[in-house]
This record gives sequence, C-alpha cells and structure tokens, in this order.
Amino acid sequence: MNWRPEVDVAFVSLAALTIGGGIAAISLRNLIHCALCFATCLLGIAGIFLWLGAQFVGFAQILVYVGAISILVVFAILLTRGAGNENGQRWFGSPLVSATIAVLLAGVLLASLVASNHAKATAAQYSASAPVAAIGQKLMTSHVLALEIIALMLTAALLGAVTLAMPERKR
Amino acid sequence: MGQGFFHDLDQLPIYAKHWIVDLLPTDFRPLASVLLGIVAILAVFPGLFAITTILERKGLGRIQNRYGPNRVGPFGLLQPAADGLKTIFKENIVPEGTDKIVYVLAPVLLIVSTFLLYSVLPIGRNIVALDLDAGILFFFAVGTSTELAVFMAGWSSRNKYSMLGAMRAIAQMISYELPLVLSTLVVIMMAGTLSLVKIVEQQATFHNGIAHWNLFTPWGLAGFVLFLIAATAESNRSPFDLPEGESEIIAGYYLEYSGFKFALFFLGEYLGLFAVSGMAITLFLGGWSAPFDFLWFIPSYAWFFIKLLALICFFIWIRGTLPRLRMDQLMSFAWKFMLPMCLVNFVVAIVWRFMPAGIGRILVCFTLIAIPYVALARAMAGKREFRKRTYELAT
Repeated sequence: MNWRPEVDVAFVSLAALTIGGGIAAISLRNLIHCALCFATCLLGIAGIFLWLGAQFVGFAQILVYVGAISILVVFAILLTRGAGNENGQRWFGSPLVSATIAVLLAGVLLASLVASNHAKATAAQYSASAPVAAIGQKLMTSHVLALEIIALMLTAALLGAVTLAMPERKR
Repeated sequence: MGQGFFHDLDQLPIYAKHWIVDLLPTDFRPLASVLLGIVAILAVFPGLFAITTILERKGLGRIQNRYGPNRVGPFGLLQPAADGLKTIFKENIVPEGTDKIVYVLAPVLLIVSTFLLYSVLPIGRNIVALDLDAGILFFFAVGTSTELAVFMAGWSSRNKYSMLGAMRAIAQMISYELPLVLSTLVVIMMAGTLSLVKIVEQQATFHNGIAHWNLFTPWGLAGFVLFLIAATAESNRSPFDLPEGESEIIAGYYLEYSGFKFALFFLGEYLGLFAVSGMAITLFLGGWSAPFDFLWFIPSYAWFFIKLLALICFFIWIRGTLPRLRMDQLMSFAWKFMLPMCLVNFVVAIVWRFMPAGIGRILVCFTLIAIPYVALARAMAGKREFRKRTYELAT
C-alpha cells in the first residue's frame, strides 16, 4: 500500500487519539480522568467517521457520545463514589478471563466485518460522502420499523424516569 | 455607481481573499484559503467582544441610572483595551490541590469549541468558512462539548462552589438544549435541508418586496421566541445566570481561575452568546438577507452584523431588566413550558405546510399557538394571585 501523507497523517493521528484515549481510559487511577480520556477516545472515533466522509454519523457521534454519554458517565461517577479516590484497585479479575473475552469479541467483530458486503465492495462503489437526505429517506422507508421500535423504547424510558423521579404519595 | 459597484462591495471579502491566495505558490493555496478564513474569524469576533463589553457596561449603567465607564479615552471607549491589558498582566494564581492538567485544558477546550461554532455560520453571501452538508448538526455537536469544558473547570478546581456551579450549569445546559434543538427542527423540517447556507438562501427570496424570513410566519415567530429563550439559558445569561450566581456561589465554575484564564472563560461565554445569536439570525431572521427589496444595496455581511448587534442589545436590555430565576423555576420552565410549546409548534408547522396560503392559514396557526400558550401559562401559574404591590416606606 502506498503511503499518502495528505490522507494518512490524518488517519494515523486520529487512530492514535482513539487508541491512546482508550488505553488511558482503562489504565488511569482517577475515575474522572478515565471518563475524560474515554471522551477523547470517542472524539477520535468521530474524527475517523468524518475522515471517511460520513458527516452525519460523525456529528451524531459527537452529539450523543461526547456531549451526552460522557456527561452521564461523569455524573454517575460523582454521584456514586468519591471522585478524588486515587486508591482504587487498578486491575480487576484475572487477566486470563479478560484476555479470552477480548479475543472472542475481536474475533466476532472481525468475522462479521469480513463476511459483510462492505468488505467486498471496492472504493469506487462508495461516494465521497453519504448525503444526510439519503440517510433520512432510508430511515423513513426501509428501516421504519426499527425507527418506530426505538421511538417506543425511548418513550418507555422517559416514562420510567418520570415515574422514578415522582415524589412518593403519602398514605 | 451602478448595480455592479454594490455587487463588488458585497463580495469584497471574497475578492480580497482570492487576491491574497493568488500571491502564494500553488501548493500553499488550499492551506492559505483555509487559514485566511480562520484568521478572519479570530480577528472579527473577539473585536466584537471588545465592543460588546463597553456597550454592555454603558447600557447596564444607563438602565441602572448611572454613567458606566467614562474615564479611559473619549466617553470611556478605550475601556476594553485597558481591561485586556489588565487581565494579561494580572498574576496567574493556580490554587494548590487543583488537578493541573484538567484545570489548564478546561478554558482551552471551551475557547476552541466556541470558535469552531463560527465556522459554519454564513456571515454574508458566499462568505462562510465551512459549507457543510450537515451544518446545523455540526453546530450543535460542537456546542455540546462546552458542557464537558464547564465540568472540567468545575471539577478540577476542587472547590465546593465551583463544583456546584458546574453541576448547575450542566443541568441547565442539558435541559435547555432540548427546546433549543426542537425549535430548530421546525426550521429544518420546513426548509428540507441541514445546510445553513441553503436555509439562508431560501429566506433571501422576495415576495411583494418583503423577504421570506421564517420570522414572518406563525411557526417561525413562536420558534424564534423559544429559540431565543433557550439560547439565553444555554449561554448562561441573565435571567438564567444561576451557574454564576454571584450572591450564592460567588462565580460558579470559574471561581478558581484568575488572570488570563479567567479572561478566556469570559471571552468564551460572550463568543458562545454571539454564535448562538448568529444561529438565531441564520434560522429565523434571514441570515445575511435584507428584509425589504429596496434595501438590496447594503452589503450582506453588514446585514448580518446589524442583526447581531441588535440581538446583543436585546440581551443587554434583558439582563438589565429581569431578576434571576430560582433553580426549580428554571427546570419547570424548561420541561413544563418550553418543551410542550416546541412540540405544539411542530403541529403548527405541519398545519401551515398543508393548508392553502391566505389569511385563514395565518389565523388558524396563530390560534393553535395562542390556546396552548395561555393554557400552559395558566396551569403553571397555579393558584397564585398577583396583586398590586404596595410599599410602606416608599411611594
């Protein structure tokens, strides 16, 4: 494969950001630092989406994961245990079990990637960027059932949250 | 001095950019073109910030029946320069026990993400740094990363008040992001595009001499008001300035910052306000377009900045007029009033889309907005009675 500096420098730095953020997220001692590094990792993934020309997915990744999920993670850490706790155990469980799970997961992901149509498609079959309108059309026509199910699930979750937050009635 | 001259005046920034880029060797031209856009944003909006500080202090002074700054230069106009010099030379105190890296990174992240917001705003005809297919999505995606910066600032300071301020700020920003995005969605739905450039171009057409601004429709008017309220809350401006609450938590999340880092937070807050005002202009006030046909000769970027200054003056007026809300009032206002009104506005937009044009459509849509508005306001007010306030010692 040819080394194209104008393209590959961006990819390598984004990949380094993602992997570096991921490693830091599991190896740092301070939980808040871990959460912030996790956000960096997610930002790197969003960057790779953008590098591939998938604007909608990339921005949605930032909006949902960097903007909302990482804030949720940070709040969960703050509300459950001391955030400044530096004495937490760094590694949990046995390395053998963790390694087995990691290898199995990577295998499943790789197998599904190789088996999918995308692996066989050539670069020419992809347009430079997926227009947002096309994604919207697909969502409202061929994937409308999935969309409806997700909407129902989110409504249920919202109702559940309201029920949990309601003040208990006096008997 | 015909139409050609005014067209050239309108496109002057573009010509200037091409002239500078053409001076350079071919290899550097794409890079130079990008850098020039960045430099323009970095120069113009902090300059506007300097003007706004003096405008705000003068305006608030007048509202509060005093003069405001009037010592530095004529009419105190050099006050921003004095303030800038002061913050640069102030001692930079980093309290012991802070989380150094996060503490330093927080203002940087805030400033970077705020400046990024400007890259998709169409400031004039053909004048936009990044014409993205999903421009609106970019704006809101980048806007959410300021929440993370606020959290980092509050947490790394290791101070109770900072933490409380950060928690308040995040709770407020997340709550008001919903009405902000929902009021935008109506515009996206009616325009059928996520590109900010195209949304402005659609509004820049004229009918009977009046522009097709979204503001001139019932759903646009309601959407604009909802967007403006949510934008005020999102940029932590009074009356939604609880995260700063000087009398309760001193200054909120940037309490432990001093010197230039404090100035960065201050700048970031104002730049965020300008950006979200620019978004309101783009979505509802026709961006760079003139309101009437006969005003075509004023350059497009001048229109953008006239509208921006008008909105800034409006925000200053609001700050000088309204008292600060309480936390529970803030939350119930977001969830019980703003959110339902946004959803009602959706329905109104759909009715507007499928009814034949005419006076009947306008009446039906206004009624559809007015009835839920009155009902919600009555329900929220509850059984409270408002009587004329009487004073014992003052008249």
